Order: sequence, then C-alpha cells, then structure tokens
Amino acid sequence: MSREHAAFLARAAVKAADEDHRLKILRATSTYDAAVAAMKSPATGQFADWQSARALAATIKDDALARLPELLARFEERIAARGATVLWAEDAGEARRHVIDIVRRHRVRKAVKTKSMTTEEIELNALLEGAGVELWETDLGELIVQLAGERPYHIVTPAMHRSRDEIAALFHERLGSPRDAGAEELTMAARRHLRQAYVTADLGISGANFLLADEGAVVMTENEGNGRLTMACPPVHVVVAGIEKVLPRLEDLALFLPLLATSGTGQQLTCYNSIVRGPRGEGEPDGPERMYVILLDNGRSALHADAALRQSLRCIRCGACLNACPVFRTAGGHAYNTAYPGPIGAVITPPLRGLTEWSHLAFASSLCGACTEVCPVGIDLHHLLLENRAGAVQAGGAALRWKLAMRLWAWAMSRRGRLDLLRPLARPALALLRLLMPRRLRARVPALAPRSFSRLWRARR
Amino acid sequence: MTERISLFIPCLVDQVCPEVGLAMARVLERLGYEVDYDPRQTCCGQPAFNAGHREEALAVATRFVEVFGGGANDGGRGRDDRAIVCPSGSCAAMARSFFPALFRDHPLRERAVALGRRVHEFSEFLARRGDIERIDGGFRGRVGFHDSCHARRELGIRSEPRAILARLEGCELVEPGGEPVCCGFGGLFSVKFDAIAAAMARGRLDRFAELGAGVLVSNDPGCVLHLRAECRERGIGLRVLHLAELLDEATGGGR
Repeated sequence: MSREHAAFLARAAVKAADEDHRLKILRATSTYDAAVAAMKSPATGQFADWQSARALAATIKDDALARLPELLARFEERIAARGATVLWAEDAGEARRHVIDIVRRHRVRKAVKTKSMTTEEIELNALLEGAGVELWETDLGELIVQLAGERPYHIVTPAMHRSRDEIAALFHERLGSPRDAGAEELTMAARRHLRQAYVTADLGISGANFLLADEGAVVMTENEGNGRLTMACPPVHVVVAGIEKVLPRLEDLALFLPLLATSGTGQQLTCYNSIVRGPRGEGEPDGPERMYVILLDNGRSALHADAALRQSLRCIRCGACLNACPVFRTAGGHAYNTAYPGPIGAVITPPLRGLTEWSHLAFASSLCGACTEVCPVGIDLHHLLLENRAGAVQAGGAALRWKLAMRLWAWAMSRRGRLDLLRPLARPALALLRLLMPRRLRARVPALAPRSFSRLWRARR
Repeated sequence: MTERISLFIPCLVDQVCPEVGLAMARVLERLGYEVDYDPRQTCCGQPAFNAGHREEALAVATRFVEVFGGGANDGGRGRDDRAIVCPSGSCAAMARSFFPALFRDHPLRERAVALGRRVHEFSEFLARRGDIERIDGGFRGRVGFHDSCHARRELGIRSEPRAILARLEGCELVEPGGEPVCCGFGGLFSVKFDAIAAAMARGRLDRFAELGAGVLVSNDPGCVLHLRAECRERGIGLRVLHLAELLDEATGGGR
C-alpha cells in the first residue's frame, strides 16, 4: 500500500464518520442539483436537448484534440502577434521556472490570483511564497481556503466544505468582520480586503477556461469580477493553461459557455465572461503591459497518446462529476490530496503522477456511473477507471496477496468441480477469517451459506 | 407453448444467498416458464474484471461462454437462443455491456457478445415478456426501491422494477426523489474502502427510513447484502429484500 493510499484511507474514514461534513456537502450538492436540473430542462432551462448538446461538445473537443498541435500553434501565432509571450512547459518544473523568471524579470513583490486548477497542479502558491512574493487569492472561495491554510476542496467551489458560520468566524479573526456576519457582509469584507490589492499588485495570475485557436485568445469565466480585475489591473498578466483547453473557433463558445455554466454551477451563464486577446494594445485604456501564456503539458501528451484515456482531455473542469460522486461526497475533497479530486481526478491522476503512488484512486470507486451520466462532454469516466485498474495490475501494481487470491479464485471458478471441492474448506476458513477481522470490515464480508444454490437446486429436483 | 429459460445464478447468490436464486426460480415457474439451471456455471468473471485482473476475468468468463453459449442446450450446434435470466443487474451488465471490452481481440469475442445479448436482469426480463400484468399478488407496506447502479446506468433499467412493485396490491412505493445514489457496495470496493462504503449505505438507508419505509428492495444481491449488513450494524429495523424474494413472498411464498 502506497503512502498516499494509506493517507487517503485515513482521511476518508474521518470524513465518512463526520456528520457535520455530510450535512454541509448534502446541502451544497442539493442546491446545486436543483439549479442544474432546472438549467437542463427544456421547460425551464436553456437546452432544448441536453443530450445532443453534450454529444456535440464531445465531438468538438475530440476534433480539437485530434488537431491539437495545429490549433496550439495557431493560438500561439495569433496571440503572439498582438504582443503576448507564449511559453511552453513540458512539466510542472518547467512551468515553475517560467513563473520564477517572470517574477524576477519584473521584480514582482505582490501578486493577485484568480482560481485556477493548473496553478494548483504546479503548486504555484507555495512557489511564490517561497520566492518572497505576497500572494492574494481573489476568488472568494479561494480566499477562504487560503485564510484557513487549506487547499481547495473542490475544483469549482473551493470552500464547499465550509459553512457560513465557519466563514464568519474565520473572517472575524482574519479580516475583522462581525462574528455573526451574513453572506452579504462577508462578501463586502472580502471586497474591502481585496480592492487595494488589485491596484498595488505587480502581477496578476489566472488560469484559462478555454483557449481560442482562431482568435488567439484566452477565455475566462467567473462570477465575482475578480478575474477581470486580476487580468486588467496589474502591469503583468500570467496565464497558466493546460494544452487541452484549446477550442477551434470563437463560435464554439456559444455551446461551451452555457454548457460549463450549467454543469459548473447551474447557471445560464457565469456573470463575467472575458475574452483576452493580448496585453494592452496601442490606444487601449487598460490592460497589462505584458502578458505571458504558459502552456502546460505536464503529462497531457501522454494522455493524448493513450487511445483509451485521450477522451479525459475533453474535460472542461466543471466539477459535475465531483458533485455527483457519492465517494467524493463521503470521503471529502481533501482526502484525495490531488489538484483534481473526484472521478476526473481518479482518471487522470494515476497516469499523470504515477501508478505506484496514485493507483488506489482508480479503485476508490463503486463504479456506480453517476459521474459518466452527468459529464457534459461525455467522458466515460467510470469505464476509464476500469482501464486504469487494468493498467495498474498490468504494471505489477497489485499486492501479492491479491494476485494470489485472484489466481486461486480464477482456478476455482473455472470449473464447478473445483468450486465444490474447495467449498467445505473455504467456508470454515472464511468464518475464522471473519472472526479475526475488525468489526467494521467483518460487516462487509459475508459468510458463505450452509449450502450453495447449485446444491439446493439438485436437492429440489 | 411454455418458454424454456436458463438461470444465470451469480457467484454471490450461489455461495452466499442462494435463497434469492430459489425465489426467482419459483416466481418464473409460477409465471409459467420452464426453468433450467446448468450446474456447470460458476461466475461471469466480474470480480476480477473490476479489480483490473483481466487475465483471470477472461479465464472465468471464457468458462461462462462455454457453459451458456457452448451449445449444451441444442445438441451441440452452439445456436442456442434461449433467454438467460439473472437476479443481478450488475452481473447481467457484465455479460451484456462489458464482455465486448473483456473479449477485445479474443477468438471467442463474437460468441461472447452474442451470448451477452441473451442475458437479462430479472425485472427487465419480466417487462420485456409482458409478464408484469400477469403478476397476481399482494404485499402490505411501505416499500422503498433501491436501484442497482449497473442495472440503472449500464442497462437502462428504471421503470421495470417499479412497475412490478406497483402491480402488487397493498404495496406502497416510496421514492426519496432526486437521482438515485449508490449504496456503496461496488464488490471489492466495499472491502477495500469499507469506511466509505458503510457511510454510503448509511446515507441511502436514512433516506428510505425518513420516508417511513418498512421494507427496502433492490435488484442486485450485492446491494441487498451490503444494505442488510449496515442495517444489522446500526440496528435499523428495515427489512432488506431482493426483488425476487419480495415477489416470491407476494405471489405465494417459499414452498
């Protein structure tokens, strides 16, 4: 068992027994479910046919992935023509070096940042803090987890695990707002806290929801306006974007923006949708003087080369699979210890970060398929988990006792005679084993019946 | 003319809860089917398949194909087209939905896929044959139905078991609303991640208990055993039954 596996089990067991956690997540996902259902319904929402919309989205993403090098080259050429610098990063280390170079070149001491999972992936916050840069998270959810000293719980709603009361207590302590502040007061406290940061920061850091090849543009969606301020106020803007984010055409947003808003938060559209085509141009009143786009591979090319797993690159990071996943909701987002938790995290983390340490995530699923059912780009998530499991076993990742157990099982199950032969031994052996098990596990392992169906059927005739 | 059908008794039913298989056989016989059981059958291979052990899964699934698609019932011609009925959505899904992946590039692929198409989950089989209207029985009480995830999402079985329950006199079906959630069984998942699996079962049971259900029914023996175990652990007075068991009880009881 890898260290991450053991840690996952320990953290998950704590959350599984935490009734307060269960209720908070239940409340959050119930609100989300109702909003999403309304958006998907032809009567109250914006999709005449949700299933066709997701099929079309899958087709567009597959086409983009099939032409990935060409589209990325076009994106680079067009955004560079307007003065942005495109930097390629083979892995997290290279992306981090790019960021440090930029920080040094522009003597950055203070940075504002939007919510971005790629920056989580390359662990940018710790990097910048280590380099002496004061980092301000500007997304409300991210600010909450930053002030609490945590990592994001969820890829769209980072503070999903925090109740309003907890946030009020945190803000009271850190930002001086009243202890019993309501949602609006808390938002205002965050706003007061952040406003000055935008205008005094030397650097704005964001992710990207999409990259447009034809426009050479970065697209960002958000609900708080913090993204716009982050991208526009500081003199330097750095975008960290996964290479899979590219869409061929501007028109594709007509589908992808409502798709993402619906699956992400149950909205028609997010409140702010920005299309950034480069740094401040000649005669433009605002925007950064310099813009860098770091295109992050970090294992994505390996996923791209894998016939089965390539479809995982369709992901638009909406978080719907996390919300639908009963394992995520029970174990909690922090149990995973990955930038991407939940079903999509379990699909991409083992191949991206190593089978030895991370394969347990592929097994941490009941294969219920709720994730696949809700994925707006039709990723066959739970079947890809099966692929990952087979891959892990093939790579020699199974424990010896499981290998032997599977061998014995297959031998016995290949002939009725063998099964019947082993049964008189297996039944008392299992009974003994159950006695030795901890109670919780014993409850999960059933005893064998006194007589098998096969035997009873014979007696019945 | 009486239709002959074959029983596919999953390993869990064979070894752990044979009463589920017997109940299903009795119900099918009461509906006029001639029920055959080939004792050479063992398992469809799903436990190993889900654990990622494809080689072992293939060995056991190959035996499954030999037994059910080997021509034993039609003088060795291998053109048996008899329906195969199974009390598990998950095992039926293994044969129907997952054999194509398991037998990928395998010489038996075609036979395995053709065989998979003949496999039906119990409630789905009754619905397809138009048998639901012929069910004559009663079951007094508030009954919750817990969907087997594989039955629901791999095989698309949603209305069938509910239609069966609605057919029973005195049976009041209660639904928690929203998308049905997994009970946390998931085969070896429930052993390897027992704390998560138990909490998932608890969440599910609570939803039905809130609605005042006295009986909880499912169409998968795995879900039934898992939920039953959690009831025992927590002293919840909910009776958990397989759909076939309830139907057997409702239409005449075990004889």
